[in-house]
Amino acid sequence: MALIRNGALVDDAYQWVGEDGALPASGAVLVPLGRWQSEREALLGRGDPVGVRLGSDESPELVADDLVHLSLVALEFPKFRDGRAYSYARMLRERFEFDGEVRAVGDVLMEQLHFMLRTGFDAFEIESEDPLGQYETAKAEFSVWYQPTGDGRPTATRLRHQGR
Amino acid sequence: MYRYDEFDYKLVTERVNQFRRQVGRRLDGELTEDQFKPLRLMNGLYLQLHAYMLRVNVPYGTLASKQLRRFAEIARKYDRGFGHFTTRQNIQYNWVKLEDAPDILRDLADVEVTAIQSSGNCVRNITSDQYAGSARDELADPRMYCELLRQYSVLHPEFSYLPRKFKIAVTGSPNDRAAVAVHDIGLRMHLNDAGRIGFEVLVGGGLGRTPYIGHTIRDWIEPEHILSYVEAILRIYNMHGRRDNIHKARIKIIVNQMGIDRYRELVDAEFGRIRDGALKIPEQEIERIERYFAPPDYETLEDATALLAAQRAESPRFDRWLQSNTAEHKVPGYSIVNLTLKAAGRPPGDMDADAMDAVADLADRYSFGEIRISHRQNLTFVDVRQQDLFELWQALDELDLATPNLDAITDIICCPGLDYCALANARSIPVAQDISRRFVDVDELAGIGELKINISGCMNACGHHHVGHIGILGVDKRGEEFFQLTLGGSSDQHASLGDRLGPGLPQEEVPEAIAAIIERYKGLRENGERFLDTYRRVGIEPFKEAVYGPDSRQAVA
Repeated sequence: MALIRNGALVDDAYQWVGEDGALPASGAVLVPLGRWQSEREALLGRGDPVGVRLGSDESPELVADDLVHLSLVALEFPKFRDGRAYSYARMLRERFEFDGEVRAVGDVLMEQLHFMLRTGFDAFEIESEDPLGQYETAKAEFSVWYQPTGDGRPTATRLRHQGR
Repeated sequence: MYRYDEFDYKLVTERVNQFRRQVGRRLDGELTEDQFKPLRLMNGLYLQLHAYMLRVNVPYGTLASKQLRRFAEIARKYDRGFGHFTTRQNIQYNWVKLEDAPDILRDLADVEVTAIQSSGNCVRNITSDQYAGSARDELADPRMYCELLRQYSVLHPEFSYLPRKFKIAVTGSPNDRAAVAVHDIGLRMHLNDAGRIGFEVLVGGGLGRTPYIGHTIRDWIEPEHILSYVEAILRIYNMHGRRDNIHKARIKIIVNQMGIDRYRELVDAEFGRIRDGALKIPEQEIERIERYFAPPDYETLEDATALLAAQRAESPRFDRWLQSNTAEHKVPGYSIVNLTLKAAGRPPGDMDADAMDAVADLADRYSFGEIRISHRQNLTFVDVRQQDLFELWQALDELDLATPNLDAITDIICCPGLDYCALANARSIPVAQDISRRFVDVDELAGIGELKINISGCMNACGHHHVGHIGILGVDKRGEEFFQLTLGGSSDQHASLGDRLGPGLPQEEVPEAIAAIIERYKGLRENGERFLDTYRRVGIEPFKEAVYGPDSRQAVA
């Protein structure tokens, strides 16, 4: 499994501790929502970065007030056809103005990367022989966008009326 | 009509190139069929019983003659010389090869046509009134809003993996020809006291296994806010719609489980957050798109009443056709002309390549080079000079496109059925053919009046049987095909779902059952009312008896 973040292959700085793994003495950790909710104080007391992983039926509204403490939110695609996380990513970026890492995890396929980039994901866990090549292809595949999604890409409508 | 600019062209070209790459990955085995399926569906490709089927969008049913000629070329080059116009104002090719699909999409893109999102769990082709822009009864032309919605929905990154498909229809006329109440979202134009247009928004309508008439979620939305309001509806659906069961995944299910009031609360909260954001349509964009839908160069004419009266007196066949197949135009001296694809014995909606070319030529000569597709699977010329009607009728008659049966009993909506479709339980086309051969007398048709028959080959209801004045549903009973009749459905501004008449009938008994229903209707009709009005007045019992006999109550129980 490769991790692409901001267009580069990187090592995962976060240790996944799961539902009941022991918390390491130090270092960044990624925890499921339930664990964040029950061990919030202990996790914050460690002083190292914390990320929360949300299942596809767990809306970021559940951590809206905690985002200031989180440096990573991982959104799960249980199946690539389950598109809830696209809305969650936009909610994080546009409604809650979250500027930490938004990572796509689970059944993440090359053919979805462009839409993920458009909705605010900046990191991707992807199973591939050539993850960076696939990422670059998917990213470059479109250069015209109709919808404003808060990703900074100029829409066709904006470009049409620029300078008029 | 709308024309692509450099941005539209570029996007469509990039999409074709992307699909070519995806097909390559599939053929190389890099993508599994499970992974490839949503990608091909969102490019219009279904795997049917015998071959791939390609569904091509005709945005809000509006087509240029050049595009129709391209449809003919594609039918000849990649298919078996014909295409099928559908209730979604699309055209389908039934015999396509996967490896040809990128080239077909390339050929279509050259004339500003795509198959983007004609299938898949995403926002589908926006549909509308086939008379848009020309109808005398419309408040304003809805096409520019359709085009705004088209661009908004194409390759929407957030809404390409919805729980299920999503259909949006728009009407600018109080006489709803776009069936907006049976769409996931229906937009119905109104005028306010200040004379400004706005839209009533309906949500959660739909047919299929669990039919619903849409609920009004909002009485009034200003035109500049339609995209943000639609986005709010879609976002709530994307997050809350059911994904555990494909048969419960449409928005109608969640709206009815939650209740419209709760759904409205969620949508209103989201709308409040985004309404004045980037989706608010800028004035200059509304003006830019409006220019594409400026009226054509109409001549200053008067209604050709005297000329037409003389021609009608001379030719009773022309008279019949004129009464049946034309509609009132908003400009004096012009008429709207319908070309029904429903001649006796013909599969509804089918058209061969030569006829497409001929119709394209006639559109150039008589109707500013534009053709419309209706959800009732007919074609329309919306801007014909009345002085040309006789000549046009003669030309259409030669092509067998002048059967005077618009909205009559043989103007049947029919899905492809088990002759093509992998989902079907029964062959729907032969039933339509039987009925159209049983009722060939045009005087008899005129005597019956408006009576819409809709046929579906399975409960997925592509043939809209729930909203036919008479609906016919094909079912499979232990390997045999039977047909269940429903009465009293309608998809117009007074939409209703049909009531089941009784047990299913074998195919050969359907035309006689229809004849019996009509005979009973004629006996009950008062003051020239339509079949639907008689049915609503007298209820189902007299028709049960007409079809199943006096013991019908026991038979049904």
